[in-house]
Amino acid sequence: MAKEQLAAQQAPKSSGKVQSKMHVPAEQVAYANMINYGQWLGVGILVITFFIYMSGMMPGFVPPSEVAQTWHLSCEEFLKTNGMPHGWEWLGMLRYGNFLSLLGIAWLAGLTIIAYLAFLVPAYLKQKDTPFLTIVAVEIIVLVLAASGILGSGGH
Amino acid sequence: MMNTLIEKFNAFTVAVSSAMPDAANAVSAAAGNPDTPWWVWPAVLFVTTFVLGIVAVLAGVGGGVLFVPIVGSFFPFHLDFVRGAGLIVALAGALAAGPGLLKKGLANLRLALPVALIASTFSIIGAFIGLALPQNILQMALGATICAIAVLFIFSKNSDIPNVPGPDGLSKKLKISGTYIEESTGRQIDWTVHRTLKGYLTFIFIGLIAGMFGLGAGWANVPVLNLLMGAPLKLAVGSSKFLLSITDTSAAWIYLNKGAVLPIIAVPSVLGIMLGSQVGVKLLSKSKPKAVRYLVIAMLLFAGINSFLKGLGVM
Repeated sequence: MAKEQLAAQQAPKSSGKVQSKMHVPAEQVAYANMINYGQWLGVGILVITFFIYMSGMMPGFVPPSEVAQTWHLSCEEFLKTNGMPHGWEWLGMLRYGNFLSLLGIAWLAGLTIIAYLAFLVPAYLKQKDTPFLTIVAVEIIVLVLAASGILGSGGH
Repeated sequence: MMNTLIEKFNAFTVAVSSAMPDAANAVSAAAGNPDTPWWVWPAVLFVTTFVLGIVAVLAGVGGGVLFVPIVGSFFPFHLDFVRGAGLIVALAGALAAGPGLLKKGLANLRLALPVALIASTFSIIGAFIGLALPQNILQMALGATICAIAVLFIFSKNSDIPNVPGPDGLSKKLKISGTYIEESTGRQIDWTVHRTLKGYLTFIFIGLIAGMFGLGAGWANVPVLNLLMGAPLKLAVGSSKFLLSITDTSAAWIYLNKGAVLPIIAVPSVLGIMLGSQVGVKLLSKSKPKAVRYLVIAMLLFAGINSFLKGLGVM
């Protein structure tokens, strides 16, 4: 952590002198930039793939009209009724418009993991900041476990 | 007694519907017609979330907290899919707002990362509980939670710069403190937090609720960071928005893996809220924040009571 920020932290108070510039740690700026570009890319993927799905350029595994007849069912019943795949199986079925549309959503949900690995782990390693390196490492494990489907996917 | 209450609620329904005529009338018209073509629903959902995006910005609340109760109450989708879409909506909103807040120093990694770890871990457990509960129980619990959030909005008072005598042992150990420049005055605000352990324990509950109901949890994050832990209000709001991008990520993966994220519901919702938020930001300077806030409280109460009655099987 930069010296100037440490100096400020050692004397917390509610208000102080007028300043023109604020120190923001480099890893925070790098993380922010990656999330910014990544989320715009994700939105772009969402728009394009959803258009492909809705326009019928790529058919849905289940046509939208049939999805509408079953979207009142619980997700477990919905999967069963429509013969939909579980967990990550959709990744092998990107020829169907509805699964292609999941790409943008998965990208948005995966951005945080990538940003943690790319910027926060190296930054805290370099700073030898063990508590925050541990927090970041455990967070990555939690998010990867959630994403992997190991904790449970498909029916209840 | 029950009939009188339901009559009064119906009158309330009319009052709230007239306050947001376009979206509410479109939904009512579509819902009342069983022959409504399938494509009408994503289209009406887009319009509704566009309006919600505007209202959310003007009222200073997250889109997710409005999305789940309103779409869950008035659209024909199962609550599993509404909560899945709600998490993606909250996640997209947090990812969009986070970078600017982080770069301006209005969100702080040292403040947000530990609470994000706790909330995201427990939001996974919340997601599993939510996906396992019967729909009627979940509807009632959601209704009660939304009403409680509305009451919190009515009575909660924030503190711009809380008085923190000094950091406690845990915040000192984790070096949770820093500075930011208050743009309106140009003053440097030096901050730290206290009651850190109590704050962290509260995030267990916040994570559970976020995962269980698919709600963004800004409504709970801000009071805990600001009033309990003593972070300055702007920093609490900024860090809360940023940490939603982590909390909602973990729960979103559970919903995705369970097949509870339908692109036909989630994508129009994300795009509607994002575009609405852009318009909301432009209208912000001309709006009357108090009036909009009252409208949001009315909408939440309306949707919360509606959800609770739906769970009871009354509606």
